[in-house]
Amino acid sequence: MNIGVGLPTSTPGINAELLLDWAKRADAGPFSSLGVVDRVAYQNYEPFTALAAAAAVTRRVRLATMVVIAPLRNTAILAKQAASLDAISGGRLTLGLAVGARGEDYQASGIDSRGRGRRFAEQLEAIRDVWEEGKIGPTPKRPGPQMLVGGSSGEALARMARYADGYMHGGGPARAFAGAASKALTAWSDLGRPGRPRLWGMGYFALGDGITDAGAEYLRHYYAFTGPFAEKIAAGNLTSPGAIADFIRGYEDAGCDELVLFPTVSGIEQIDRLAEVIG
Amino acid sequence: MRYAVLGGGPSGLYFALLAKKANPNDDVIVVERNPPDATFGWGVVFSEETLGALRDADYETYTEIGESFARWNAIDIYYHDTKIRSRGHVFTGISRKVLLNILQRRCNALGVRLEFEREIRDLAEFEGADLIVGADGINGLVRRTYGEFFKPQVVTHPTKYVWFGSDMPLDAFTFIFRRNDHGLFQVHAYPFDAHTCTFIVECPEDAWRRAGLESASEADSIAYCEALFQPELRGRRLMSNRSLWVNFATLRQETWHRGQVVVLGDAAHTAHFSIGSGTKLAMEDSIALVDALRRHHDLPAALNDYEMERQPVVERFQEAALESSSYFEHVSRYAQFDPRQFAFNLLTRSRRITYVNLTQRDPELVRTVDSWFAAAAIGSPDGALRLSPPPMFAPFQIGDLTLPNRVAVAVGSDLEEAARLGAGLVITEFVSVTEDGRITSETPVIDRTTQDHLRLAVERIHKAGSRVALQLGHAGRRGSMRPRSEGVDRPLRQGGWRLTAASPIAYTPHAALPKEMTGRDIAHLVKVFALAAKAAAGCGFDALELNFAHGYLVAGFISPLTNRRTDEYGGSLENRMRLPLAVLDLVRTTWERPLLVRISASDWAPGGSDLDEAVAIAALLKTHGCDLVHAVMGQTIWEGRPDYRRLFGVPASDRIRNEAGIPTLATGNITTADDVNTILAAGRADLCMLDLRATG
Repeated sequence: MNIGVGLPTSTPGINAELLLDWAKRADAGPFSSLGVVDRVAYQNYEPFTALAAAAAVTRRVRLATMVVIAPLRNTAILAKQAASLDAISGGRLTLGLAVGARGEDYQASGIDSRGRGRRFAEQLEAIRDVWEEGKIGPTPKRPGPQMLVGGSSGEALARMARYADGYMHGGGPARAFAGAASKALTAWSDLGRPGRPRLWGMGYFALGDGITDAGAEYLRHYYAFTGPFAEKIAAGNLTSPGAIADFIRGYEDAGCDELVLFPTVSGIEQIDRLAEVIG
Repeated sequence: MRYAVLGGGPSGLYFALLAKKANPNDDVIVVERNPPDATFGWGVVFSEETLGALRDADYETYTEIGESFARWNAIDIYYHDTKIRSRGHVFTGISRKVLLNILQRRCNALGVRLEFEREIRDLAEFEGADLIVGADGINGLVRRTYGEFFKPQVVTHPTKYVWFGSDMPLDAFTFIFRRNDHGLFQVHAYPFDAHTCTFIVECPEDAWRRAGLESASEADSIAYCEALFQPELRGRRLMSNRSLWVNFATLRQETWHRGQVVVLGDAAHTAHFSIGSGTKLAMEDSIALVDALRRHHDLPAALNDYEMERQPVVERFQEAALESSSYFEHVSRYAQFDPRQFAFNLLTRSRRITYVNLTQRDPELVRTVDSWFAAAAIGSPDGALRLSPPPMFAPFQIGDLTLPNRVAVAVGSDLEEAARLGAGLVITEFVSVTEDGRITSETPVIDRTTQDHLRLAVERIHKAGSRVALQLGHAGRRGSMRPRSEGVDRPLRQGGWRLTAASPIAYTPHAALPKEMTGRDIAHLVKVFALAAKAAAGCGFDALELNFAHGYLVAGFISPLTNRRTDEYGGSLENRMRLPLAVLDLVRTTWERPLLVRISASDWAPGGSDLDEAVAIAALLKTHGCDLVHAVMGQTIWEGRPDYRRLFGVPASDRIRNEAGIPTLATGNITTADDVNTILAAGRADLCMLDLRATG
């Protein structure tokens, strides 16, 4: 299992310097990928922009959107942005896509959230065609950037199995990942797709004395739209080397291919501490 | 801390005494609207696991509870004229009244304030309390006040049931099934002391009406049930205690706390009585809540922790309870089962107990089931060898064909690999009856060039000891797609071919629009299926599987979502089945060996075919010479609502097999031998498709 790290693009106190330093350290460190989240009505950096900046200061790590809320974007532009980022980074893009769960992001974008699932499916059907047809460039090397789909519904899993290369899980304890992964594998074989889907997972961490509360506070804020469930997500923040080691082991046992750990506080020392734990 | 507990049932009292014990300086009050000795319901069941938790939480009450227990380890099943006893299931039961008395005494000894016969009308009466604990049930004040915030989901179950007590002495958890002119009635009875048992009667609502129980008094209901279960009661009485016929309601709530209010037990969640876990879950909630309050100084963190610990546990029980209640709601489906299979099916109904678990509990019963299954599999009368293979390795007979075991596998183009798997039945990839019936540019067609290759593959599979079925189909509107290594249902950009379908509806927004089939197209299609069947016979295939599923051409006629025809091939089920049955009929004239038909048992889409219709479809296929139905799900339309949970296709297989009376092959996330053995022994399928996907 590969281990990646999230870029600090949505935690309080984000800034350009931190973003670039963080990306450089990830490229030097034991990490295989840099992940970014996507929101509109929030104080965060736009994911493609942040990854393009990271691409300029890195050579090795994969650059992953985890996930981009596809229905908020025009399909042709989305495909073009992804292809451009993939080209600029030398083919390092992993494009994670999903419908997202926050009504306010749709409202802020002036996009109707009703029917978003079907529109998303249409986008998935179209994106690879855009990449392959050559009219809207840059045309990526076949078969194009790695594409993953997130979401827990049966519909999301079927879309994943039809069009994507794998599944992007939305976070939670290892047993939740294992349950979703089993369904993803099932959807893949039920639809008659050969091989198996790549499986990506994510988690949250905050390492160091006295910053645990700040990390939990950020998660409560970020996930406020889930109502009382935000408390549970906040309680799942990994705040000790032992908790991180257990989490990694659980995901590895559940068949995860790539686990990306996101910081919940802004601070360059966070990636150093994580690198130390991972070794 | 000041705790106010609403409701003096087991969970409320247990929370109160544990909280007071943990911190004697805390002020704990329990308010109950009934008097201390009033109790509704009879006995309470606990498992060994729960007893361990009770022992660790409060040894004093555990000792007292232990002295008052009835313990037993058997389940008796009265079905038709037989009684089957299964052992190795450890249960303990206690009178609810005795339990409450023990808990009340302990509360008093510890200094908990108990106020009986006090009705609380507004939670404001508890102003000043640091935490209000709602232990007042599904219809209590706390839920009435905070109900919406907890985001409740309530499922009302269709059967009627009533709680009685009885002086019938029992030494086992007892299920009785009895059919009379009004319908099928079942009893769930369990002892709680040497002389008394809980006696729950459950029946479908129509049976309840026909029996006149809708308007019956308590005394009339008792008289009716006493007469109905006279053979088991043998003169003993049923006793009432506000015994009314009701429908069970399963309550789930997204959250169990808000601010200074928390719920537990039935106020937080309910699980169908047929797995007997209500009080157990409620008292475990109390333990977890007190533990969480001790761990955290911060109240919100404690309540959150309590919820995080308990919700996954409760959800597992609720899942099991829903499986169990669904079994009892449809139990008349199994009326023709042999008593041994009936018992196995009953014992594994909630899916918490599988073949392996039951073998650990009751090896003798499982041996009996294995023997019966193996004997029935070869058509031998009873008295088969006591040493028998598990059901997965019993042979299966379809017509003249004997499959060496009950596992089927679906394979891709690599038939070499298929031969090495050891499955009883290998089903080939989709082979098209015509060039334009291919799914992708890589889909094989059965023609002169492929027949030699297929013949060789069949020989190799036979040599390896397996049997092999050729899967024949026509892609219809799902044709002209790219190879599936590039994705599924992605239209070919170049080199595509014209599509035909029941109605001109494209499968995906980018897919080509199919041409609506004319009468001539239909007649031609029927013929090419028959010709392909003839070719299959020439290749030496043991069986043929017609693919009438997954939105391909024939499936397109069956589903109302994809068939908008106004001629004799559209509209009613009879019309929609006209083409499939014509194919089946003509194939039957050229193919004499076993014939399987694959159908989507549900379209997984609103307005589409559902399991009810699948039963009717299967019955029609049966009368037209189909030997076995391979039940798959969905893919009828591009954007359906699939559900890929574990064993997702098994309920469909179960219904088709036992309602349409035709053998079935079950599919759907079946990944272990234990699952296969459980499904087969319980009579939910005759064959299982084992998913040998790569994991890890």
